[in-house]
Amino acid sequence: MGVRRWIVRLTPYLLLAPGMLWLFVFYVYPSVQMFISSFWSGTLETGFTFSFDNWTTYSDALERYQPQFLRSLVYGGAATIVCFLIAYPLAYTIAFRGGRYKNLLLFLVIAPFFTSFLLRTQSWKIILGDDGILFGPLKDLGFLPPEFRVLATPAAVVAGIAYNFLPFMTLPIYVSLEKIDVRLVEAAKDLYAGPWRPGGTIAGAVLGGLVGAVLGGALSYPILPLAVAGAILGLVIGTFLISESFLRVVLPLSLPGVFAGSLLTFIPAMGDFVNAELLGGSPQTRMIGNVIQSRFLDNNDYPTAAALSFILMAAILAMVAIYARILGTEELTSAR
Amino acid sequence: MTDSPAVAPVQPSAVVRAGRFITRNVLYVYTAFAILYLMLPVAVMALFSVNDPPGKSNVAWHGFSLDAWLNPFGVPGLLQVVETSVAVAFISTIVATALGTLIALALVRYNFRGSAATNTLIFLPMATPEIVLGASLLTLFVAIGQPPFFPTNFLTILIAHIMFNISYVVVTVRARLYGFDRHLEEAAMDLGANELTTFWKVTFPIILPGIMAAALLAFSLSIDDYVITSFTAGRTSTFPIFIWGSARIGVPVQVNVIGTAFFLIAVGFVAVTTVLQGRANRPPRPARRTDTAAQPAADRAFAPAPEA
Repeated sequence: MGVRRWIVRLTPYLLLAPGMLWLFVFYVYPSVQMFISSFWSGTLETGFTFSFDNWTTYSDALERYQPQFLRSLVYGGAATIVCFLIAYPLAYTIAFRGGRYKNLLLFLVIAPFFTSFLLRTQSWKIILGDDGILFGPLKDLGFLPPEFRVLATPAAVVAGIAYNFLPFMTLPIYVSLEKIDVRLVEAAKDLYAGPWRPGGTIAGAVLGGLVGAVLGGALSYPILPLAVAGAILGLVIGTFLISESFLRVVLPLSLPGVFAGSLLTFIPAMGDFVNAELLGGSPQTRMIGNVIQSRFLDNNDYPTAAALSFILMAAILAMVAIYARILGTEELTSAR
Repeated sequence: MTDSPAVAPVQPSAVVRAGRFITRNVLYVYTAFAILYLMLPVAVMALFSVNDPPGKSNVAWHGFSLDAWLNPFGVPGLLQVVETSVAVAFISTIVATALGTLIALALVRYNFRGSAATNTLIFLPMATPEIVLGASLLTLFVAIGQPPFFPTNFLTILIAHIMFNISYVVVTVRARLYGFDRHLEEAAMDLGANELTTFWKVTFPIILPGIMAAALLAFSLSIDDYVITSFTAGRTSTFPIFIWGSARIGVPVQVNVIGTAFFLIAVGFVAVTTVLQGRANRPPRPARRTDTAAQPAADRAFAPAPEA
């Protein structure tokens, strides 16, 4: 009987062991090694030596690549906002109005994943090309000035990131909306929750204006026109589409999904370099990911690259920790 | 809908009517546009797979041609990189699905010391940007054995792919295990089955759709990965690395053909499994709505996966 009890107690550890070992050797240990490598000096040919005196790599790297770090933060944030704005109504419609097409719509949301991420980005390059299939005809017809371009601007990079990570935002929001008991909304309506006016009109205009201004600032577009456009759009949406039952029941209950989705979008967005390279390609759109990749793979400058990666990872883990503290880890890490 | 009281029927004001019209239709129109936006690049990719460009650059429309489809591997090296990608995806999917399923079973079925830490360790690789995962693995390979260094090749790609796939498998299978009715196992035990028989005859068939969804996710993540692979590949080339390399000089039409073919195969595969599962799960009529039958098949196949 004693042996049997031991087997039962050991079972979970035996089940865990192979996978956890893999993660320890190829995730935890490399992360530690990356930290060690950031204190290296030397070259690939002579070999590297470790010394804590090399902490200057950090200060040098931070000073030199501050613009790229800042840009990653701004582009990642802007892409997350754009993703949220696109994803929420989409997830809402699928969850509450999808009816029998719910599964088909969900499938369509993730279908782009079935083809190469690089090829999709390459497709955007074709679509957004200066004389490409979208802007070429518009320019010929005189709707756009000939010098108008989207490629190689921050807007192209942010749009590319937002496109590529949109399902990461949509699905968590959908899951949290789907769980909401429709009877709660009905109850709210029974208790006289009607359209949210004039509060919705005012809030919509203010929020829309703010979002427009922030996106304008992030993409280095003129802020005022974007803020005005955002305010008008927000005003219409706030007046006609936002009801009190949505504001008081649906929105609060969907917030966990919104938080999880923003995290899942923001983290890869901050580390992205593919969009900045393919759709940006100019020094003004270089993100920290581009720097890390070229330091590692083109310059073999392992210490600097390791230091930059470590800073990026530490910054992101700090943000995740704050999120986890707010939400509770279970909500964040479990797929329930 | 009850805005106009029965006592004094008033025509609702223009604002109210406009509001109703908008709320009724705008979401559908919006969703149609959003789906169009999501599918547009895929459509463009497919369209440019039947393009007939005179040179290497395949960014402008030149005319219809099926040449690339008839000769999909007509570009030197393309066949080999596709083979490498498929091999990596297959092996890493099998290994990661096995390891991840075991972890998921341990996490859901047992209360043990360290389960919170395990959850965190599962979550961390998904919360780490891909570039950091790749970079840290590269520093590891560089650090092993100075100066000749650990050679990066097919094996190191495989190691990396298994590593990043494990977490996604755990999350997907775990979601399926949470909704599992333990009474079914107890019933099997009561009827004399031992633990192993119960697992293979009851537990495994029930969680199999979750495992399949996890494997599908792992396969698609692996075959599409560029960022981590670029750090661990060395001189070995995979399909995404080939695309990246040719992006500067012009992506050959054949690459679009392969991409479109992958897309069609994946969509076809999912469609077939969904139909088959739907058929298998359809309850004999008349039947009580059971937990399994109430949830449509596609829902289970897709919803749990990327909510990571």
